[in-house]
Amino acid sequence: MMKSLLPHSGLRRSSVVTGGRSSAGAGADGAAADVSGAGPRAPASSTFWFLLHALCCLISLFLGFRFSRLLFFMLFSTTALYHSATTSSSAAVLRATTTTTTTTTTTTTTTNTFTLSFNAANPPPSSLSNRTALETAAAIKAGTSGNPQSHVVVGRHGIRIRPWPHPDPVEVMRAHRIMERVQEEQRRWYGVKEPRQVLVVTPTYSRAFQALHLTGLLHTLRNVPYPLTWIVVEAGGTTNATAAMLSRSGLTFVHIPFPDRMPTDWADRHATENRMRLHALRVIRERKMDGVVVFADDSNVHTMELFDEVQKVQWMGAVSVGILAHTGAAEQPRLSEEDKQNMPLPVQGPACNSSGHLAGWHTFNSLPFAGKAATVVGEAAPVLPRGLEWAGFVLNSRMLWKDAEGKPDWAKDLDAVGENGEEIENPLTLLNDPSSVEPLGNCGKKVLLWWLRVEARADSKFPKGWVIDPPLENVIPAKRTPWPETTTELPSELLDAKQDQEDRRLSRTNKSSRPRSTTKRKGDVQEHAN
Amino acid sequence: MGTGRAALPLAVLLFSAALAAAQDTERIEGSAGDVLEDDPVGRLKVYVYELPTKYNKKMVAKDSRCLSHMFAAEIFMHRFLLSSAIRTLNPEEADWFYTPVYTTCDLTPWGHPLPFKSPRIMRSAIQFISKRWPYWNRTEGADHFFVVPHDFGACFHYQEEKAIERGVLPLLRRATLVQTFGQKDHVCLKEGSITIPPYAPPQKMKTHLVPPETPRSIFVYFRGLFYDTANDPEGGYYARGARASVWENFKNNPLFDISTDHPPTYYEDMQRAVFCLCPLGWAPWSPRLVEAVVFGCIPVIIADDIVLPFADAIPWEEIGVFVAEDDVPKLDTILTSIPMEVILRKQRLLANPSMKQAMLFPQPAQPGDAFHQILNGLARKLPHGKDVFLKPGQKVLNWTEGPRGDLKPW
Repeated sequence: MMKSLLPHSGLRRSSVVTGGRSSAGAGADGAAADVSGAGPRAPASSTFWFLLHALCCLISLFLGFRFSRLLFFMLFSTTALYHSATTSSSAAVLRATTTTTTTTTTTTTTTNTFTLSFNAANPPPSSLSNRTALETAAAIKAGTSGNPQSHVVVGRHGIRIRPWPHPDPVEVMRAHRIMERVQEEQRRWYGVKEPRQVLVVTPTYSRAFQALHLTGLLHTLRNVPYPLTWIVVEAGGTTNATAAMLSRSGLTFVHIPFPDRMPTDWADRHATENRMRLHALRVIRERKMDGVVVFADDSNVHTMELFDEVQKVQWMGAVSVGILAHTGAAEQPRLSEEDKQNMPLPVQGPACNSSGHLAGWHTFNSLPFAGKAATVVGEAAPVLPRGLEWAGFVLNSRMLWKDAEGKPDWAKDLDAVGENGEEIENPLTLLNDPSSVEPLGNCGKKVLLWWLRVEARADSKFPKGWVIDPPLENVIPAKRTPWPETTTELPSELLDAKQDQEDRRLSRTNKSSRPRSTTKRKGDVQEHAN
Repeated sequence: MGTGRAALPLAVLLFSAALAAAQDTERIEGSAGDVLEDDPVGRLKVYVYELPTKYNKKMVAKDSRCLSHMFAAEIFMHRFLLSSAIRTLNPEEADWFYTPVYTTCDLTPWGHPLPFKSPRIMRSAIQFISKRWPYWNRTEGADHFFVVPHDFGACFHYQEEKAIERGVLPLLRRATLVQTFGQKDHVCLKEGSITIPPYAPPQKMKTHLVPPETPRSIFVYFRGLFYDTANDPEGGYYARGARASVWENFKNNPLFDISTDHPPTYYEDMQRAVFCLCPLGWAPWSPRLVEAVVFGCIPVIIADDIVLPFADAIPWEEIGVFVAEDDVPKLDTILTSIPMEVILRKQRLLANPSMKQAMLFPQPAQPGDAFHQILNGLARKLPHGKDVFLKPGQKVLNWTEGPRGDLKPW
């Protein structure tokens, strides 16, 4: 705090005030104040004090630490002064106070006058009770607050430290419970008044990255503080792996099979996903599920604020989506300055005018990526989103119901959508009047989720359910284990593989580490095969 | 039967809705009712003396840091009174007289106020008003009030021993003092003084507000010195050893977020904390109390016998937690054993906007702020008692009392 410098600089100032006596050494400060306080004395005595003070300074310099003026005050002065003694433990000097601030205990006595007893004992009395020696100070005329009734003593106090200054686990748990309860109250006051259920619609299909994406999304959804139902639509039918993951998630879920397989072309994949989402919406309608519908694609990343924001939606809302159209290529194409300037802001979402109403849409400008975009899933090229992604929209599920009170007329009936097999690009087709969409997230200023498409090559192999069964094809014997001599016939491809490994190893190491007789020469194998 | 069945859940719904609405903040009931919302206009009249600018404006012109440090209340009080509705230009009808002398505006290069000239400045101002106007001599200052926001009020010294030695300036013995310092049975707290909060910049605090739904995840928060190594190297003097005790006992405790660092997110962190420590320093008061109240953090006051601002209007025991300096080693036990309802009630009281408003000195002044609380305090002291007005020729104060240095003209 500011006050830290106050007395120190004050003392220095007072020395300036009384004529600029240079204060050498640390021992000067108190003396300067004292001297200034004794200003009105005759010049002779002030010269005397000055010389005394200089002597003290010299002694301090010689000894290497701040010399206690207590000795002189004991001899000469009758004024009650406070002072501070040195911290070094020197047996030579009588110390009026002893303190150790390092480890455990400190006991001190306040001394204002020389009549106080010294703690001539070194080391300080190690009374571990840690009570202050305040009583001794109070008994002697130490500076109380000037009032005999006050029990607050001015002067040096002990620093009270308990014997085991570490946290008690029971108390820590109590503190955590207090904080939890406080946060619950905060949510109750400032958070959403009546939290609605969140219905999360996720189209997915079985491929190498499915487990990666679903795990991420699963953890996100587990952290949502509202009641949630996860509606997973799986292309190509439900798989055991996905079902297992869902059942282990601890979330309420609905696992819906979708008959068509997911195509390997990005354009077709987008179209299929759209149809899967519509299918999910129909299921919501059939089961009359109530809540806010959020479209969470499995590879997207969502913030927690998104789920708080969507609680505010009346009928249909839009949020800003960050578009991460990554370039998978090892070489980044060199962009011209102009291209760099025109690089689009990677955000899709509602655009508001100055009065906070929806004025239009920010869409992703795909032009800089024209010709370089990926067409096949898993290709190492930027994957571009459509004009407006489903992920940026949220619906009130009652909008989908056949009859719901208060349903606005600008919402089309779900049956009328997608009948003729037309492409449902984005949820705006569900509306008759797209201008009634509510912009969320501070009118679209806050990006609440990121759209990302990362996939492996379509023909990438991965173990089913990420469980290794049967054992892998490539078996490399550990170098030093006592590998038993195998008498059984090894299948030929295994031998080939092993031979390759051995040869590679041989070529690297020196000839002395010849492998053991488990390897057969290639020729033998061939003979054997023949 | 059917209607009865339907009525019951409806009644429950209505009841819970009413409860929810009432739960957000709780009204503060002071010792005299809802005094925080009293309006002083019409209850008193204040006459503002016109002093030469060397007592006020010139000081601020010399060093404008006076407007932003924690002692700035004296300057803003003057400005407020000049344009307030309770100001009267007719001294005959005034209940209170205000002398605009800025005694804490003499700053060192580092920005700390020097109190050495303050007694002389005050004395010179009083001499001026007693010669120019008859109202001082009429009462010898008993219906005058002065704002003295320095460390130990009108004792005009930053070191407690020296301040006690000096005592309250003799000329101010009959006047009402408006000061930040308050400690029971202390020489520097005169009977009848009004304790006010120190100045904390309201604009700056408002710009650092975070959304109220940000969860409070810090249990105890404190930023400041524990040892004042410049002035008290061994410890034990500074804060009567209380701050050092806090450090030594709780530096390893994960519930205590305490350090000497001054982070740029200081205000934001206070809003994420449940308890904020407000231990004494060289003087028992600090702007931390104001910050804690504004940011909704329950203040833990570690200062024996402290008198908090507007103590007669604000029930501080219900809002803050008081811990004796001797009990600091048990601070974690004390704080974790406070019952949950008590903590929630304190938070509700703190959330009350009138509470926060009463601690601030906004420009321009707003209803319910600290300026108005000061005026309310002055209004509560009216009507003046019999001993305020002196008989003609009666003299109570000794004008030559005090250390010789104070008698020098300024």
